[in-house]
Amino acid sequence: MTLNTAPTPTAVRPVPQAAHPKRRKGKSPYPYWFYLPAAVIYTALFLVPTVVSFFFSLTRWNLSEFTFIGLDNFVQLFQEPALIKGLTNTFIYGLVTSVLKVVLGMLLAVLLTSQIIARGYLRSVMFFPVLLSSIGVGIVFTALMDPRNGMINEGLAAIGIQGPAWLTDPAWALISVALVDVWKGVGLATVIYIAGIVSIPQEYFEAAKMDGASSFKSFFNITLPLARPATATVIILSLIGGLRSFDLIWAMTKGGPGFTSDVIASVIYKQYQAGFYGLSTAGNVVLFVIVTAIILPLSMFLNRKEVEQ
Amino acid sequence: MAAKSKQRWAALAGGVTVLALALTGCSGGNSNSGGDAKTITWLVDNAENTVAAAEKVAEEFTAANPGIKVEVETRPQGGDGDNIVKTRLSTGDMADVFNYNTGSLLQQINPEENLQPITNETYLSNVTDSFKPVVTSGSEVYGVPFSTGMAGAVLYNKKVYEKLGLSVPKTWDEFMDNSRKIKDAGIAPIIQSYQTTWTSQLFVLGDFANVVTADPSFPADYTANKAKYATNAAAVKGFEHLEEAGKAGLFNEDFASTTYQQAQDMLVNGEGAQYPILSFALNNIKVTYPDKLNDLGLFPLPGDDASKNKLTVWMPGGTYIPKSSKNMEEAKKLQAFIASKAGCDAQTAAVGAAGPYLVKDCELPSDVPDAVKDMLPYFEDQAKNSPALEFLSPVKGPALEQITVEVGSGIRSAKDGAALYDEDVKKQAKQLNLPGWN
Repeated sequence: MTLNTAPTPTAVRPVPQAAHPKRRKGKSPYPYWFYLPAAVIYTALFLVPTVVSFFFSLTRWNLSEFTFIGLDNFVQLFQEPALIKGLTNTFIYGLVTSVLKVVLGMLLAVLLTSQIIARGYLRSVMFFPVLLSSIGVGIVFTALMDPRNGMINEGLAAIGIQGPAWLTDPAWALISVALVDVWKGVGLATVIYIAGIVSIPQEYFEAAKMDGASSFKSFFNITLPLARPATATVIILSLIGGLRSFDLIWAMTKGGPGFTSDVIASVIYKQYQAGFYGLSTAGNVVLFVIVTAIILPLSMFLNRKEVEQ
Repeated sequence: MAAKSKQRWAALAGGVTVLALALTGCSGGNSNSGGDAKTITWLVDNAENTVAAAEKVAEEFTAANPGIKVEVETRPQGGDGDNIVKTRLSTGDMADVFNYNTGSLLQQINPEENLQPITNETYLSNVTDSFKPVVTSGSEVYGVPFSTGMAGAVLYNKKVYEKLGLSVPKTWDEFMDNSRKIKDAGIAPIIQSYQTTWTSQLFVLGDFANVVTADPSFPADYTANKAKYATNAAAVKGFEHLEEAGKAGLFNEDFASTTYQQAQDMLVNGEGAQYPILSFALNNIKVTYPDKLNDLGLFPLPGDDASKNKLTVWMPGGTYIPKSSKNMEEAKKLQAFIASKAGCDAQTAAVGAAGPYLVKDCELPSDVPDAVKDMLPYFEDQAKNSPALEFLSPVKGPALEQITVEVGSGIRSAKDGAALYDEDVKKQAKQLNLPGWN
């Protein structure tokens, strides 16, 4: 951004600068046509499908022909027994993953910004799971979490603990997937926090030290409040990710056993898989509304706090 | 300045819309190069046996029709594969020839719209009459049978049965008695493999011959929204049996995390005694345990009456040509080859036969597995078998496999499960616009 208003052109060609007094008012120096490529892609891949999907959610549709049926799809969707379960699960999943990512990400970031051995190496190791494919991670953890032959339960058995049937016990399935999601995603949260912590001026810490503050005190009174923008970013990113989560759940449990770890996205996908295109589009509209209804106010709230500071 | 700016924005918005619409509606270009050696594509599912059989058929076909090469493509099995087929058909991007299910699932890919009818082709006369209804939609026939007929039944380990002195059960009570004795001997009586969810449906789907014996009008009433699984005393039995067996603790200990493949291992090695499954599992066992294949036998899922012991049979999948095929003549030649004795022989040579073929003059090799021999008497006598419900009614819900997992695991009761399945099929019936459902 700062480059746009760099003084160099003024120095070289002062005359055109004077000829464009309006630029001060924030008018872009570029012609509108520069927007075209981005606008075309955005319109084609986002705006058109969004508008069209609102229409198709009101129809019974088999991709080649459709019947207009009003709000029947939404009525059907809310009668779907799996949907209520899916909604609850989605909120549990979103909450568990974002809370754990915030807490663990912050702790790891504090650790990785302190003076420890092999800091660069540890930072890369921390970030590595983020780069893996969700499906691959899902398949590997399905094998690790096998109740009898899985490495996790064998390890627990070696120290005398009887591990649960991670993915096949209805009480554990969703939590197990959420934990894997945290393992995979905490690296990104950590990196965001590292950036946030590093940007806090050292003077505050030095001053606190001079006043005799313990490291706990400086964490709670300096690091935590001044890393708020990072916290806001992490919460929003992981909450959106958690609410839309699908790939890991599908790779690990397919919403099972039965419907016990279904989330909204997997319920919708199953409708699509069964060929109920109108119904699944209606599901996506519902998901869109829910995510917007949660994220928009939350984002406004978090950002406002930032400004007040 | 302001007015000019508005004009510019309008022009820009117009340009964006036009280009965006063009981009949204764009489709991949099809290159169709002429030449002497034609290559046609054939999409099959990625099961080891299907691929092996298809490649052998392709090879023999090219030998018989020099100048036409067949390239076998694969897709996943189950729901993900269905998605690929539906998507490729609706975007006009389907292979020249493809394999897909017959019966109710065929209706879901909209045959009239997407498939090439072959009602008037001469090679259709090679196909047995019992197969034609399951590849018919409206008044047109669309496919030829690939692979063999099969059964939804119980595969059992004969060595375990011999060791414990058991005989093949003819009623549900005998089956439960046998199972308890097997459990006392320290062997898992009934194998369930809920990690591969579709395998959980057999107690319900494989029981259908018993349902239709007790209530012959069930399929018609069911299609017309008059009969329900939850309220029909004969139909709900499948769910109840599943619940009963699960509650009695007759399943293998880790049924929830067992896969289809592991279940076969258990059965063949005698760690488990009985496995309700589709008989095409035999094809797979033939590859993995060729020397133990004949340790296995087969019996129908038993009902209440020993004198009416019937087998529920499944028709093989079909081979179809999409209307979008650019190589129609060559594709039809491949279909004709599959519906001929040479086609059956190629499949038998590649993977053996797990049941009778539905093409005239096709013979089974003399060394068919014992379990297939157990099945043949039921196939030969029309009164001793019934096609599965999915071949008699287009109504089939997508969530049955999750429901049966819940019923078998004790998460949901049989009654609840049946009622939930009745809700589930409504969506399918409405999507197909069946009379009596809207």
